[in-house]
Amino acid sequence: MLGNVLTITSGKGGVGKTTATANIGAALAAAGNKVVCIDADIGLRNLDVVLGLENRIVYDLVDLIEGRCRMRQALIRDKRLPELFLIPAAQTRDKSAVSPSDMIKLCEELRKEFDWILIDSPAGIERGFRNAIAPADIAMVVTNPEVAAVRDADRIIGLIEAEEKGPARLLINRIKPGMVKRGEMLSPDDVLELLAVELIGMVPEDENVITSTNRGMPVALDGKSKAGEAFRNIAQRLLGSEVPFIPLEEDGGFIDRITKLFRSGGK
Amino acid sequence: MDKNIEFAVKPKVQIKGISDGLLIILGEGDWQELHDFLLDQIDQQVEFMRGARVALDVGNQVLKAADLGQLRSQLYDRDITLWAIISNSPTTDQTAQTLGMATRLTKVKSEMVEHPVSKEQTMGEQALLLHRTLRSGFSIHFPGHVVVIGDVNPGAEIVAGGNIIVWGRLKGMAHAGADGNKEAIVCALDLMPTQLRIADRISITPQDRKKALPEIVRLVDGEVVAEPWNPK
Repeated sequence: MLGNVLTITSGKGGVGKTTATANIGAALAAAGNKVVCIDADIGLRNLDVVLGLENRIVYDLVDLIEGRCRMRQALIRDKRLPELFLIPAAQTRDKSAVSPSDMIKLCEELRKEFDWILIDSPAGIERGFRNAIAPADIAMVVTNPEVAAVRDADRIIGLIEAEEKGPARLLINRIKPGMVKRGEMLSPDDVLELLAVELIGMVPEDENVITSTNRGMPVALDGKSKAGEAFRNIAQRLLGSEVPFIPLEEDGGFIDRITKLFRSGGK
Repeated sequence: MDKNIEFAVKPKVQIKGISDGLLIILGEGDWQELHDFLLDQIDQQVEFMRGARVALDVGNQVLKAADLGQLRSQLYDRDITLWAIISNSPTTDQTAQTLGMATRLTKVKSEMVEHPVSKEQTMGEQALLLHRTLRSGFSIHFPGHVVVIGDVNPGAEIVAGGNIIVWGRLKGMAHAGADGNKEAIVCALDLMPTQLRIADRISITPQDRKKALPEIVRLVDGEVVAEPWNPK
């Protein structure tokens, strides 16, 4: 069976595409799939850092496409998960080094060997995005519950539909349940009402993501993190299981927990 | 000044130099045939075309996303950027816009202002029906009426010579009577536009707007007035 190509995109920068790619990739690999993550953000590579593989790069995506190395040489094996691989972006070139048909050809090769091919798209709607979306079977749009990110997600969903890669799946990242409850942040329902696409995951804001990103260790491999659990659930949904969405609860700080204790004790 | 660089004598494809790149004008005929011919012409002039920014005038061709998307990728492979599609068909215009391409050259735009759409066209029966959600970045300019079945999201815009009717939520920008028709109206099931214009008047949705209800907007003594739709 040929593998699936999943492109993770957003329009707006900084909403968590790279984090989502690394974590969904890690979760799919941990569930026994052979996975390759491709960093399509040529010139601004990040995915290697998030996966903690920065120091192992010899060849990159552009070397591979321009024929300076073989497929095997560009594939970097993850240090924890033997079934997870990375093809890093070139840092010294720009988006015009790759064309949409290069990406399609590359993915045709990778499909034969991998169950999942994840493409981390750059922000924006220009060539980098078109390179990333060209080979996609499934397009996943990452957004944050804020007006500017949702606006850009809407634009990108329109472009995905126009490229006939729809329907897009939506990942709402960095939700702060406390703010939603107080009406200070868009709720997942507000976002879905506007975007009208299928939801594939809701990931709460979690400080563990920042620490794990800095350490190059995907949070999906951390059994205790809430964000990690949300990413593992997304992987399960991609594999066809019906996993209920985790209800969003305020992950109380110390004070919150004390208050809760008092409340439950007082009643 | 435009410098004409006509190198193909064949009438099917004309290539001209314009201020911001090249303008390629396609003749009439079967799309597939023209498409193949165009690529063939380009392949014969690889050096000349490399790195070019191209606007393509497709005339009356009705093109779908697959057609334009394919052509754009093929041009990309030849290091040519297709940035605009000029067309007489609203369908092709829509396709180009959803693909993120421009649908007019700056020069064409200024010509449009000099020759406003004729009264006959705008007040006539011509209407464009869009049965879909208009997402951010989508822009439709049409001389007649525009009817949308679906939502108009923030960041989308509709500019119509006639009326605008939205069977859904109107949250984007709507400009009715764009050529100065003060009789034009806008109505929507849920009217919350970022900005609403009728002829030369501009208004915004009041902040304290209550719950969603169908409304109809028109000019009354030069003021933009919204009235709830009351079937009784």
